[in-house]
Amino acid sequence: MTAAQATSVAATPTEPRTIRRRFRRPSVGAVIVYVAATLLAVFWLLPLLWALSTSFKTETEASLGQDIHWWPETWSVEGYKVLFERGDHFTWMLNSTIVSVIVTVLTLVLCVTAAYGFSRFDFPAKNVLFGAIIAGLMVPGQALIIPLFDLVNALHMGGTYWGLALPQVVAPVMVFILKRFFDAIPKDYEEAAKLDGAGHFRVLWNVILPMSGPIIAAVAIFTFIGSWNNYLWPLLVASDPSMMTLPVGLQVVAGGYGLFYAQNMAAAVLGAAPLLIVFLIFQKRIVEGVAGVGLK
Amino acid sequence: MTVKTATPAAASAAMTRPPSAPRKKKSWTGLWFVLPFVAFYALFLIWPTFLGLYYSFTDKSLTGRPASWVGLDNWVEAFGDERAWNALVNTAEFTLYSTPPLVVLAIVFALLVNRARKLGWFLRMAFFAPFVVPVSVVTMIWMWIYQPEGGLLNHYLQLLGLQDASAPTVWYQGENGMAMWSVVITTVWWTVGFNFLLYLAALQTIDPSVYEASSIDGASWWRQLWHITLPLLNRTTAMVIVLQLIASLRIFDQMYIMTGGGPNRESEVAIHYIYIAGFEGYRIGYASALSYVLFILILIISIFQFRLFSRKES
Repeated sequence: MTAAQATSVAATPTEPRTIRRRFRRPSVGAVIVYVAATLLAVFWLLPLLWALSTSFKTETEASLGQDIHWWPETWSVEGYKVLFERGDHFTWMLNSTIVSVIVTVLTLVLCVTAAYGFSRFDFPAKNVLFGAIIAGLMVPGQALIIPLFDLVNALHMGGTYWGLALPQVVAPVMVFILKRFFDAIPKDYEEAAKLDGAGHFRVLWNVILPMSGPIIAAVAIFTFIGSWNNYLWPLLVASDPSMMTLPVGLQVVAGGYGLFYAQNMAAAVLGAAPLLIVFLIFQKRIVEGVAGVGLK
Repeated sequence: MTVKTATPAAASAAMTRPPSAPRKKKSWTGLWFVLPFVAFYALFLIWPTFLGLYYSFTDKSLTGRPASWVGLDNWVEAFGDERAWNALVNTAEFTLYSTPPLVVLAIVFALLVNRARKLGWFLRMAFFAPFVVPVSVVTMIWMWIYQPEGGLLNHYLQLLGLQDASAPTVWYQGENGMAMWSVVITTVWWTVGFNFLLYLAALQTIDPSVYEASSIDGASWWRQLWHITLPLLNRTTAMVIVLQLIASLRIFDQMYIMTGGGPNRESEVAIHYIYIAGFEGYRIGYASALSYVLFILILIISIFQFRLFSRKES
């Protein structure tokens, strides 16, 4: 009976109208917007598509002075094979992952606890400390590279993962953003939890964090991107190729292997892939997060 | 006995609480939450800030020989250093060239994506994707595009008859600002996605009902853009411009990799010169003074950023 109902619904006289609506002529303005947007987007992707296409060419076809084909004449994975045989690309990728994970996890732990502390408690020297953190918003990291370099060497962390990661952890802007978000969460929820006997850490973990999903995701993702793509700091600290991160290794070492374009573009594709994939997966989250950051 | 000692305390707490119930009690608990961050912050931000200032008054060297106090010598030298001024001017030039397209294109992209909702996923991906690509990959791809033979740019310029095929150009090494513009173009492609997201997020919070009245009046799309949308985006625009100025003043990575400061130091920027003075010239003291000049410049712009942030707060 339900099946009969369904078919009868599908065959109701409304059908022609829905079809007509679906084929309603779009306005000229809408057509222009869609065409312009698509053309611009494809144009914007061309450099990446060019790299992708070249990475699957033979070295002869890819080399300079050849005609330009967007579609490889002979498909080849030679470029990728060389990278896998050499292996250093994957060492750098591992280093980048380790450093970025340390930076992201520590940033999240430190900034979330600090933001919670500033948002929910009154304690001695609170205003002085918060003022000092606000002032830190204005300190550009790059202006500190020289004393930081000195400090990291004095702590015997030069050329180590900790030396690479720890100076990237301090992010006053994240504390600020998180505190503003926590401030907007009504206190009723935590008071209910506290009546049930929950401690401060349980409140943070079970009440505040679940309500802060998008903002935490945004902070994590932007911290990770920033750390993964950091160039100057690892360039200074990691002089040994085995400790280099991907951006530094690709430029300093791989640049020295010579002009093998298929191979270089294979390295470029593999270098860009991890974050592109992460971005594709979390795209919606990232956009929501940016909206949640309240930069409007 | 324990009960007895506990009772007066509880009683006094109960007595004091009702009148001041809404006020939070000062306790040390909150300090424990903020202390780990504050410790990191003090070690890796506050301490280096003052250490750098101190170094700028010494002749400290990367070679490790003992440093001695030299007073204002480094600062005086920095203000008289032509190469430092050149680097500062180049940085300003880069900032001036890169900021307008990075703001305008971001608005254009965001407006298009906001209208072309059905392609949203693809368009967001296309415009933001370059932002997540590491700088060395970006420069690798673009330096190849800028190559004289077989490089995409020269190839198409020659096809269009805009360039002489017998005298191909290596764009990022070109004189008279070509090197600088090559990096500007690369930078716009690479980073506009972030500004675009900020605008898109702001556009999506605009209530569609604000357009209703003007639609009934038959206002054109263009009029709505100028009189409704853009004014509503004013705060975002202020924020994007300030963030962009700060980011552009800190230009180093792609310029250093692509042009190496050349030709003839035409594209040597502030942080590059600090790097040269400190890590190639071993003069930590002098490089610290140079850093502080840049620091103060960025500080001035950051004050605007701070005011934008705090206005939102209040």
